[in-house]
Order: sequence, then structure tokens, then C-alpha cells
Amino acid sequence: MGKAAAPDAESTPSAIPLWRDPKKRAIVFQIVVLLLVLGTAYVLFSNTQANLSRQSIATGFGFLQTESGFEIGESVIPYSSADTYGRALLAGALNTIKVSFIGIVLMTILGVFVGIARLSRNWLVSRMAAVFIEVMQNIPVLLQLFFWYAIFYEAFPSPRQALNPLPGLFLCNRGLIMAVPADNAAHQPMFIALIAALALWWVIRRWAKGRQERTGRSFPVVRTGLGLCLLLPALVWLAYGAPTALDIPELQGFNFHGGITVSPEFSALLLGLVLYTSAFVAEIVRAGIQAVSRGQIEAAMSIGLRPGQVLHLVVMPQALRVIVPPLTSQMLNLTKNSSLAIAIGFADFVSVANTTINQTGQAIEGVALIMAVYLCFSLSTSVFMNWYNKKTALVER
Amino acid sequence: MTQQASTTTREHLKPPVTHVGVLGWIRKNLFNSWFNSLLTVLVLYGLLVTIPPLFKWAFVDSLWYSSPQACREIDGACWSIIPKNARFIFFGFYPEDQQWRPLTAMILLFALVFYTQNRRSWNRALFPIWTFGLVVMGWLMHGGLGLPVVETAKWSGLPLTLTLSLFGMVGAYPLGVLLALGRRSKLPVIHSMSVIYIELIRGVPLISLLFMSSIMFPLFLPEGVTIDKVLRAQVAIILFTAAYIAEVVRGGLQAIPKGQYEAADSLGLNYPQAMRLIVLPQALKIVIPPSVGILISAFKDTSLVVIIALYDVLKTTKVTLSNPLWMGFSSEAYLALALLYFIFCYAMSRYSRKLEKALHTGH
Repeated sequence: MGKAAAPDAESTPSAIPLWRDPKKRAIVFQIVVLLLVLGTAYVLFSNTQANLSRQSIATGFGFLQTESGFEIGESVIPYSSADTYGRALLAGALNTIKVSFIGIVLMTILGVFVGIARLSRNWLVSRMAAVFIEVMQNIPVLLQLFFWYAIFYEAFPSPRQALNPLPGLFLCNRGLIMAVPADNAAHQPMFIALIAALALWWVIRRWAKGRQERTGRSFPVVRTGLGLCLLLPALVWLAYGAPTALDIPELQGFNFHGGITVSPEFSALLLGLVLYTSAFVAEIVRAGIQAVSRGQIEAAMSIGLRPGQVLHLVVMPQALRVIVPPLTSQMLNLTKNSSLAIAIGFADFVSVANTTINQTGQAIEGVALIMAVYLCFSLSTSVFMNWYNKKTALVER
Repeated sequence: MTQQASTTTREHLKPPVTHVGVLGWIRKNLFNSWFNSLLTVLVLYGLLVTIPPLFKWAFVDSLWYSSPQACREIDGACWSIIPKNARFIFFGFYPEDQQWRPLTAMILLFALVFYTQNRRSWNRALFPIWTFGLVVMGWLMHGGLGLPVVETAKWSGLPLTLTLSLFGMVGAYPLGVLLALGRRSKLPVIHSMSVIYIELIRGVPLISLLFMSSIMFPLFLPEGVTIDKVLRAQVAIILFTAAYIAEVVRGGLQAIPKGQYEAADSLGLNYPQAMRLIVLPQALKIVIPPSVGILISAFKDTSLVVIIALYDVLKTTKVTLSNPLWMGFSSEAYLALALLYFIFCYAMSRYSRKLEKALHTGH
């Protein structure tokens, strides 16, 4: 009977039963999955609605406009408890950006340094780097944060007995207090000069690259650029009569006044994040440099490039292609880990959002805000990554 | 004849003393250029300045098993905080007369891990052995069947840390494999849902998922239904880890040559058969080392449950430190705990590197 039915089925495709046709089966399967997901979402949504109305919790983002009533330890923008929740969250987000930005810069510098030290031909230096990497990678970052925070609070003296390792620099359990140049009219023009120098650096870099590709003559771009960055602001500073007044912190009563204070929370968070993440960066840098084959370096040397040129023109462009993608994901990791600030009381975005949730009871909106903010960071990072991959792909053969 | 003569004279010419043995090694590895010589001297000076005082603090002036009052009179480290509070730090609020149970469970876990790390024991028996082991551990921790029941709210200390990371991994792996298959799927709905899930979870910090589990999840449940806090945190850890496992497994799936998929198709295997019999066994073997890496980060990440007030080993240490008797010995307590985490993670990462070498059969 089966034999008789088979030719029939072949001649008329519509006779294939539904569960034997892969295309139709796929559609049915997808519809079932979709219905299951939507159904679960609906059940959760209706439960939530019922719970919210029963506990009379408000919904929506109206709370952003109401007065927050809590203080934030430190903030980049002016903020007081009379401001709205929206502004509190903005201050928190800016704190997150501040600690992430400084952390990423320091992490990259330290990571590259340790990664190169790990490859050093000096046994002692290479061992020290390896110990640093292993110790930092294998201890939870939260524990490291607690440790540094405890060091600040327990090992450092009170402001009256503050350590004074350098003139104008004080270390005590209120944080790190530094002398800064006193406010002066020269600062803004100096900053503009620095921006101008950076722009000039970029122009020179493009020009030098073009010339090298045309004629093969190289130009000391980095040295010129760094020189410009120092020279232009220095000239402006001299033009304003070289002001040297400093705002030196002084002990008044129980605390310091003047100078700038880096709070123990911020210092501990920055220290913990930078040390932890730079260990991973060091491994990435080491792997990236090792990925450049020995033959490339030998070829570069045999066509007569100097060691600096070998590094700059042959090793780095190839190593960077390996280094940059995992490096960006470490930058993102540092940003995400900065949310641990809440454990040591630094007012980052998560910490402010948590306070907001506790006061308003609007957990869903609060958690959604946290997720949205971090997704923004992640998405912008992946946009950058795609751009970078495209850019380096063009260079590839 | 002449050749023999030349070899005998060569034997008499030994290399200079400065090129072999200890001196040769020092010369080659520490003083091979003026720059490296300078570095060596600088590093040695740095070590000489920092190590002796630290050593004195940690080992000479220190107390290892004393009262907190005695600790206040010395300049050195007060390691006594750990042995004197060991019971609370390791077992937390687990009833004292029942603490042999988590202890036995942990010993069982270590025995299983020790048994599994030997590759000769990787066979069909491994899966039932682990299932049986996990069930016994769960029974020991939770009780029932003759043992008094201990609520999960009382699970704390090291057993909680280990439970969260172990079950986090066990629960996340199947989910991660499914998500990876979903992401590689040609069905648009399945593919896009997997991508959205993976990228969403990987884009947010674990702490936001833990918040979700502790404050948002109760709102999702119908009235009267509650799920306890430890289980909710466990689910959050599973959901979080699964996204990372999915990406690792996807890497393994992509490394399988297309011919393998086609061969499976031409044998007439359907999708589940092809995956189960041909593709996954090869792909999962490739991803064992990076999976150990995920296990390490999951183990470290369980410490984040401190923030939603679960009493893992970090939280019990913090509670001990908030006891006025032992206040002020944070460095010692945290260093000891760091050593504990370091031993676990370092052992796992060494093992993962060893596996990577052993499994790298060359393609």
C-alpha cells in the first residue's frame, strides 16, 4: 500500500502531509514558539498589573519630575535633595561615565605596560607581571573593592594626622586631597589651545600618512604631536603672564578646605576596577603582540627598518587588529562592573536608581532604566566595533 | 680517525663559567642588556623595600589564634579573625548541629571534581555519577527523608557560594546550548529571539538581573505565590551565565566544518539527530576550555549576591567584620578570603590551560 501511495505524493506536492514538509513544519514550529513566548509575557504582564493595582504602586515615568529628597555624596553637576529624581539619575549617570572614562584610560595604560612587561626578556620583570595578572584575575572584583575601601577607612589616618607624601598632597580617611592651580582666566584659553593642538596632530597625521604612501619618507608624528600638546598651552600660559598661584588644601577643624578631594569611595572603586581589568588587558596585549609572526619582524628588519619603525609600522598595525576587539569588550566590562559602586557607597547610576526604587516602589521602571542605560553603552560600543572591523577589513588583503 | 681526535679536543673546551649554570642563567635572563640590568636592579630594590615589612606584618608580628583584645596590642596582622569565626564565615546561619551536612556535601563535591578532572574518567558513567552526586548534595543541604529540613534562607557561607556557582553552571549549560543553536538557526523567529536574548543579557551588568530577581520578580507572580530569595538569585545567575555560554558554544559550532553538517544531512538524519550525534559532540569538546573560563567568572560573580543581601562567604565575612569585637581587621579577613577565591580560580584556570593543550590535537 505504501508503494502505491508514493508516486501519487510525488506528482501532487500538496499531498505531502504537514508534518513531513520541512518548510511548513518550520512555520508551525515558529508560530508555536512565538505563541508560547507571547503567552508567558501576557500572563506575567497581567499578574504584574494586578499586583501593582493591589499594592497601589504608581506606574509610568512621572516620578522623574518629582522631588527626590535624598542627597548624593558627590556629583559632577550641581545637585541637592530639592532637585528631581530625573536630575538625581542624571547625576548618577554622569558619575558612572566619569569613573568609567578615567578607569578606561588608566586601565589601557596599565594593561599595555603590564602586557609588555610580561613579554620582557628580563625574567624578573616578566615573572612580576605574571604574578600581577594571576592575582588580579583570580580574585572577585567586588572583594577587591571592599579591600581597597577598607584600606582607605582603616589603614589611613584621620585628617589631623593625614599622610603628606608630596607637598600639597594629603592622604587620609576622607580621601585623597590635592592642591590644584587656583582659578585663573588663563585656563580656558589653555584648554582651547590643547584642543587646537590635538586637531593639528590629527591633520599632521593624515598628511604624514599620505606623504609616506607617496614617497616612503616617514615623519615623527607622535613626537611632534606630543610636543604641540605641551607647547601650545604653555605659550598661552606664558602670554597670560605665567600665573603660578595654587589652591593649597588646609586643615580647618576636622577636615580639609581648598584643593580638590577625591573621595575614598571613588578612589577605591577606580583602583579596584583598574587593577582587575588591566590584568585582562595585559593578557590581551600579550596575545596580540605574540600573534604577529616572527617572520614579519625579521622581514621588517631585513629591509632596514629601525627597531622603533619595526614596532610602529609593522608590529603594531597587525597586533592592534587582534587587540582592539577584545580590548573594547574589556572597556565595556569595566563600565558594567562600575555598577558595583553601590556596594561601597559611590553614587553611580545603579546606586541612585536603587535609592529611587526604594523610595518610589517603582521597581519595574527603575530596573528598566538601569538596563536601558547600560544597553546604550553596549550598543554604542558594538557600533564602534563594527566600524573598526570594517576599517581594518579594508586594509586586509 | 681525525674526526675522533677533534671531538676529544672539543670535549676539553668547556664553555665559559659566565655562560652556563646559575651565573649563565642570571646573565642571560636578568642582565642581558644595560636596560634590563637597570630594570633588574630597580625591581630588586622595590622588592627589598616592600617585602620585608609585609613579611614582618604577616608572619612575624602576627597572631594566628588569639582573642581580639590580644590583637589590638600588636602591630602585625590579626589572622585570628578567621579561625575564631570560621564556623560563621564558612557556614553562616546554617544550624550549628547540622553543619556536618554542608561539610559532607562540599567534601562530596570536591571528590567528584577530583574524579572528573582525570580525563580517563570521561565516559558514559560520568553523567549518572554527577546527577546522583548533585541529588545527594541537594538532599544533604536541604534535608527531608530522615534529615531535618533546613530552609534555603538559612543556607549561607561557602556552601551557598558553591551552590550558586555549581547549579548556575549546571542550569545554564543546556539553556546556553539551546540559545547557541537558536542563534545559528535559519528560522527567522527563533534566530531573532535568541539574538535579542543573548545581546540584551550580555549588554547589562549582572547586578541589574539580581535586582530584577530580588525586587521586580515578586511582582510577576500571581497573588499568594512566592519563590524564595536564593532560588530567585539562582535563576538570575543561570539566565545571565547562559548568554555567555551561548556565545562560547556558538564559537564551537562555527568551528565545525560545513562538511560535517552536510554529511549528517546526507545520512538522512533529522535536525535533532544531526545535532545530538554529529555536531554537538565535536563542538562541545572544542569549547571545554573556554567553558571552564565561564565557570571561573560565574564563581567570582556569585560574590555579587552580597548586594541583594544573600549571605554568601563574602557577606558572612562582612558580618563578622561588623561585630564590634572584630572591627578593624578588614585587611586580614579580606586577604584570607582573597586567598580562598584565588586557590579555587587559579586551580580551575591552570586546569583549563592544561586541557586546552591536551585537547589541541591540531587541525
